[in-house]
Formats: sequence, C-alpha cells, structure tokens
Amino acid sequence: MKRATTDPWLARYLLIGMTLGFILVFLIFPVCVILIEALRHGLAVYFSALSADHSINAIRMTLMVAVTVVPLNTVFGVCAAWAITHFKFPGKSLLVSMIEIPLWVSPVVGGLVFALIFGRQGWLGKWLEAHEIQIMFAFPGIVLATAFVTFPFVARGLIPLMQAQGCAEEEAALTLGANGWQLFWRVTFPKIKWGVLYGMILCNARAMGEFGAVSVMAGSVDDKMTMPLQIENYYQALGPDALSRAFALASLLLLLSAVTLAIKIGLEWRRLAPSYARPPKPELVH
Amino acid sequence: MNAVSTLPPEAHGYTPEGPVKPVPARSGRRRHILPGFHLTLGYTLIYLSLIVLLPLLALVLKTVTPTKDYPSISQVVGHVFEVATDTRSVDSYWLSFGISFAAALLNGVFGFVAAWALVRYEFPGKKAFDALVDLPFAMPTAVAGLALCQIFSKKGGYLGGPLYDWFGWKIAYTQWGILIALTFIGFPFVVRTLQPVLSDLAAEVEEAAACLGANRWQTFRRVIFPAVSPALLTGVMLAFGRGVGEYGSVVFISSMLPYRTEITPHLIIIKLDESDYVGAAGLGLVMLLMSLAIVVTVNVLQYFSARRRGRA
Repeated sequence: MKRATTDPWLARYLLIGMTLGFILVFLIFPVCVILIEALRHGLAVYFSALSADHSINAIRMTLMVAVTVVPLNTVFGVCAAWAITHFKFPGKSLLVSMIEIPLWVSPVVGGLVFALIFGRQGWLGKWLEAHEIQIMFAFPGIVLATAFVTFPFVARGLIPLMQAQGCAEEEAALTLGANGWQLFWRVTFPKIKWGVLYGMILCNARAMGEFGAVSVMAGSVDDKMTMPLQIENYYQALGPDALSRAFALASLLLLLSAVTLAIKIGLEWRRLAPSYARPPKPELVH
Repeated sequence: MNAVSTLPPEAHGYTPEGPVKPVPARSGRRRHILPGFHLTLGYTLIYLSLIVLLPLLALVLKTVTPTKDYPSISQVVGHVFEVATDTRSVDSYWLSFGISFAAALLNGVFGFVAAWALVRYEFPGKKAFDALVDLPFAMPTAVAGLALCQIFSKKGGYLGGPLYDWFGWKIAYTQWGILIALTFIGFPFVVRTLQPVLSDLAAEVEEAAACLGANRWQTFRRVIFPAVSPALLTGVMLAFGRGVGEYGSVVFISSMLPYRTEITPHLIIIKLDESDYVGAAGLGLVMLLMSLAIVVTVNVLQYFSARRRGRA
C-alpha cells in the first residue's frame, strides 16, 4: 500500500545508493586497504614487521599510556557524574560545559598547553631542569596530554545515564542504614557498570589512537613514540620495509577500533548505554 | 488561647499575615541527603583544574608574560600579534577554516542523505551500515590518514594513479587530500545528530501535508526540512569544529607546504620546534578563540533546535 509518507521509488533508490556508495568508498575501502597492505607480503613479513624493535617499543608505550590514563579518567568520570547528578549546587551547568572543553579544543593545543608548562621555556622549565625531572619528551608528558584529550569521555556517558536513573534507590539504601561506600558498590555501581565500561572503551580507543597532542609532547624522541607516532615515522622513512611496518602497526590499531566498535554497538543495541555521538540534550543537564 | 493557634503556622497553613511561604531549603550540609558531595565535587574540581583549566590558563598567560627575548609586556603582546597576523599564519587559518567548512558542507549533504536513508528506508545490511558510520570515531586518525593517503597518492596503487592518468587530478598532498581526510573525520557527527531528530518527526504532520495536497517534494521542502534544519546545522558545525582542530590524519595526506597546504596546528608545532613558545601560545590562543566561537554557535543552534522540536 502506498502511504502518504512513502517517497517515490527513484528517490528511494538514489538516496540508498548514495549512502551505500559513500560508506563503501570512504569507510570500508580504507579499512580494506590497511588490511591488504599489511598482509600483502604474507604473514611472515607481517609478524617480522610487528616484532621490529621500534614497533615493539611503540606498542609497549601505547599500552602503558592507556593503562595509566584510562583509570585516572574513569575515577574522575564517576566522581564528576556522582556530584553532578545527585546534588544541587550553583554553577553546575558551567561545570558540565567545562568538562567538555577538551572535545572542542584542537588536540595540538591540548599538547601545546603542557609544552608551555613543562617545556624548556615553559613556566616550570627552569625548575624541572634544575631538579633533573623530565616531563616533556617523556612518559609523564605523554600521559598528561593524553589525559587532556580523553578527559570527558567517561563523565560524558555517565551523566545522562545517572540522571535518567535518578537517586531514589540510593536514598532507600540510605534509610536502611547503608554507608557511603556500601551505597556506591552495592546500589549505584551495579546500575552504572555498563555505562562505565562504555566510557572506558571510548576513552581507551582515543588514548591509544591520539596523535596531535602526543606528537607535541613526545617530539621526535625515538623510544618515546606511541603507535600512531611510529606509524608516521615509518611512513616518512619511505622504503618498502618501513611502509609494511607502518601498515602492520596500523592494522593493530584497526583491530582495536573494530573491538571498540563491536563493544560500543553491543551496549547501544541492548540500550545499556546512550550513544556518544549524540550531543547531550539540554534538558538532561539541569 | 485556643488549640489551633498553638500549632506552628506550617501545620495549618495560615498565619495572621496570610498563607505560609514555602520554607527555603536550608543551606549547608543538611541540604544534601546522599553522602559524598564534598569528596566527589572536590576531586572533580581539582582534577579538572589540573588537567584542563590551569594548563589553558598557562597558555593564555604565556601570551602576556614577559620573557628573556621579550622583556616588556608590550613586546610580548606585539610578538603574539605579529605571529598571529603573519601572512603564513593567516594563510593557514584560511586553509584550515576553508577546507573544514567545505568538508562540513559535504558532510551536511552526504550526512543528511545517509541519516534519511538509515532512518526511513529498509535495505539489506542496514544495521551493519548504520554501525559502520561510527568508524571514524573509533579509528585512530593516523590510521585513517595512512589509508586515505595510500588510496589517493599517485604511487599508492589504488585510485590515485588512475585519477591522475585519466583526469590529471592530483589529490594526495594537495588541498583536495585535506578535504577528503576532513570529510572522513566529520561524517559521523552529522548523521548521529540528525538520526534522533528524523526518527522523532511525527508522521501525522507529513500526512496532513499530503491531505492538503502537497506532493512529496513540497512536503519535504516546506514541512520536513524546516523542522530538522537546526539539527542539520548543529551537525555541520560539530563536523566543522572537529575539522578545524584535526591534525593526525592531515599530517599524512598533506605536504604541509607553507602558504598552500599548511594547517594551523602544524604551524604551532613548527613554532614549538623553533623554541618560539610565545608565538606558539599566540597561535594556540587564536585556535582556542575559534573553538569558543564554534561552541557558542552550536549551543545557540541547540537551543533553537530544542524549541522547534518542542513545538512540533
């Protein structure tokens, strides 16, 4: 039956065709290219490319950064969401906006701000040099820059979730004599655990894949390269060996994004977590 | 004295002066029933200040604080101004802004089409395609840049060679390459902003338009499009904001030639390498102000979008 809301078949096929065409060319094709280029010379070459010294170093660095940053931002995200959704206080919507700042700022600026503090001519540069503390071009600097760019991810997912859940159950637990710690672990955490996981997954993907901020803080120090930086390094080095190493590392990061996407979609389809991409609804914030 | 008057005024609701005013919530600790207010808010504020606010403040202060090379405030500010208005910087703003804008418009068109098709039509594999829209969010930008550069460079062995041989088009290492990278990065913003708005549109409105004799195109142009246009604009602005700051993917596909294919973030990194921290801070401040302008625009659009949805 033709209904008033049905589009003409020509428009329908044209629009579906454009959508599929765009997704195929822009999204699926690049993924295939990474896989083809990584495996072009066979599995032996692929694994030897991954076990090159620089590659191993970069993988270790990336994992260390993610293992440090994700828990830090997760603890922050849970605290921020608890404070924002369970209490009334002045300046709350300002706080929510400030948490989102890193989403808006260029990642390079995110690295720059720490360079201006910890770099040689930065605010603390002289003092750090005198005490022989290395932050820029070293692990702590990379962690700080990554923490900046991944800062809002956990909080941003949890705030609408906890807002929607309300705090009636927490108040009930309180009347039954639960203390704060019991309240959180026995009542609140079971309700929000999938939301926390969702935020951590997104935070982790960004932490492992961040380029701009980390490239400011890591500079061109060889053993401080994370995977994305090392990919660029290999790519600039030219030569077939370097290129296959670049694509081998890229394929690992691609695997990471596939896992991220799978968990994210799993949680969204089961309606356990809100979609990150949607801008927060204004009415949820207040 | 009768019994009623011994009750507190709250109990019977009236005082000699008229109805009882609601008692304002008591300030101080008693206002919060649940525990952990001071702990969580305190930690939130400290961590926020350490990771975000103080570093941003350090950037702003760097543009007005005298250093060894620029011993007075007027010299520092003068240098910041000089760097920020330098031809090379201005060209990079135009490039960053212009190409991000073009990519955002392209995303506006394709994002609208994709959101429409994914919400309105049924076709095989729809759920999988819908899921893939998020790929640019999940994929590290360096990986995207590497793949796109391989596809569009002449020697990459994919589209770049034929496009050059048949049409004479050079894409990688030109402004077109940056356009493609930024389009890839911004695509999900438009689709994901539009989808909920499109699926919330009431079918009755379109049926009413049809009953009144509108054809499908008129219904779209006069009824549907005005209702979703604030959301479309929001999505386009989000993609634009992301594109202006993007670095990871562009670094692969652009040659970063000064005045031609050099984006502002790259110029910041060059200034840092030259140890011109004040100049880098100046450019950083320009980018911060750009982001601020975009945030304000998006919030205004969100406000109108919410109002329009409320009315529909």
